[in-house]
Amino acid sequence: MTPTTLLSIRQLQSPHAGPFTLDIGRGECVAILGPSGSGKSVFLRLLADLDPGSGEVYLAGEPRESCSGPAWRSKVVYHAAEPAWWELTAAAHFSAEQGACVQGLLPLLNLSPALLDSDITRLSTGERQRLALIRSLACQPQVLLLDEPTSALDPASTLAVEQLLRSRLEAGLAIVLVTHSEALAGRLGQRCLHMDKGCLTP
Amino acid sequence: MSPIRLEPLDLFLASALVLLDAGLSVALGLRIHRQVLWAAVRMVVQLVLVGYVLRFAFALGSAPVVLGIVVLMLLAAAREVAVRPAHRLRGAGNFRIGIMVVGMSTMATVLLALFTAIRPLPWYDPHYVIPLTGIILGNVLNAASLGLDTFFAGVLSGRAAIEARLALGSNVRKALAPHIRDAIRKGLIPIINQMSAAGIITLPGIMTGQILAGMGPMEAVKYQILLMFLLAGGSGLAVAAAVFLAARAVTDERQRLRIDRLTKR
Repeated sequence: MTPTTLLSIRQLQSPHAGPFTLDIGRGECVAILGPSGSGKSVFLRLLADLDPGSGEVYLAGEPRESCSGPAWRSKVVYHAAEPAWWELTAAAHFSAEQGACVQGLLPLLNLSPALLDSDITRLSTGERQRLALIRSLACQPQVLLLDEPTSALDPASTLAVEQLLRSRLEAGLAIVLVTHSEALAGRLGQRCLHMDKGCLTP
Repeated sequence: MSPIRLEPLDLFLASALVLLDAGLSVALGLRIHRQVLWAAVRMVVQLVLVGYVLRFAFALGSAPVVLGIVVLMLLAAAREVAVRPAHRLRGAGNFRIGIMVVGMSTMATVLLALFTAIRPLPWYDPHYVIPLTGIILGNVLNAASLGLDTFFAGVLSGRAAIEARLALGSNVRKALAPHIRDAIRKGLIPIINQMSAAGIITLPGIMTGQILAGMGPMEAVKYQILLMFLLAGGSGLAVAAAVFLAARAVTDERQRLRIDRLTKR
């Protein structure tokens, strides 16, 4: 473990994937490519402690078991490929304290503030995908586990997302990026790994 | 007035009405005539058997016999709670929830009634304990199984949203809250309907039975009111306990959603 390591993964595995051993540094983006069903999302869910598995994960040297599941997941945020919503409007998904942060992020992703109060089911898939990214960033995570965050976006929006993520990386956020786009992986990821049949290779 | 006794011939004549249902099924192609007849036969056999069991229990009137019968009733009700929902917890989880919930809520309400309102001598007098337990069990069973069914279905269909909330750092109580509320509400609807319809739309069973048996209407009404309160309390306790236990069962110590612990019937 080097001094800049933020997330250390040791022999993390589930019955379907792993074992994974990996170190991710502060401000580093690790991109993961691989065919559908190869275990990319399984890996992210294991990291977020959403599925049971064995092995160890440390955040800044602290073992995952030293904090509760919710506390871990608010620091290591899993951003699902298909974001789910449980209230009628996007605004209802944010707490009062997140308001300023959300207002600051909307223009960066070319979104109008009016979208926050519209019926969430009326928004386009791309709008929902960007709003979901704002929702994940508004938690102020230390590690962001992104599952195909730009799959429904046009080139301009993809560029906006990339710029936003790059600025967050510079601020010290660590990102694990699962994507099918080799171009995106190459532009954002300092390292590219390949997932095949539940195994991670360089 | 003393009750008018029914003779076997009276029942025989009434049984023709079941044949009417069966005939309807044949005529309209409903294909339920066998079920109707089988259910009628079951009903007669079960009730006659219960009649003998009650006669035996009333004659003996001993605490162990009453307790034995009550335990058998609780087990049967717990099994019904377990099998009714469309989804089940692995490892007989539904039955474990059923027995805990049915036992706790029924005992609490029956004992409350026995020691505060009815006060029979001795307190375990089977004339009171067994019918009271039966009526409360029926309602408790209804509330608990409706609650469980609604909760499991809600968690399964709302899985993505629950996990999205968990992934953003929510605790399970918050993430499951809408489904817990829905399920408890659903379990309480039957008793709310019963209470609001009582006397106007329906003449409740106990009251009807006691009037037929010769009790004065006001006495019968008082019994019915007591019973409705007991049923409301029993249903509430049962459905809340069932849903909270189910919520515990589909989550774990790391506050993850464990859908893998549910199987479809």
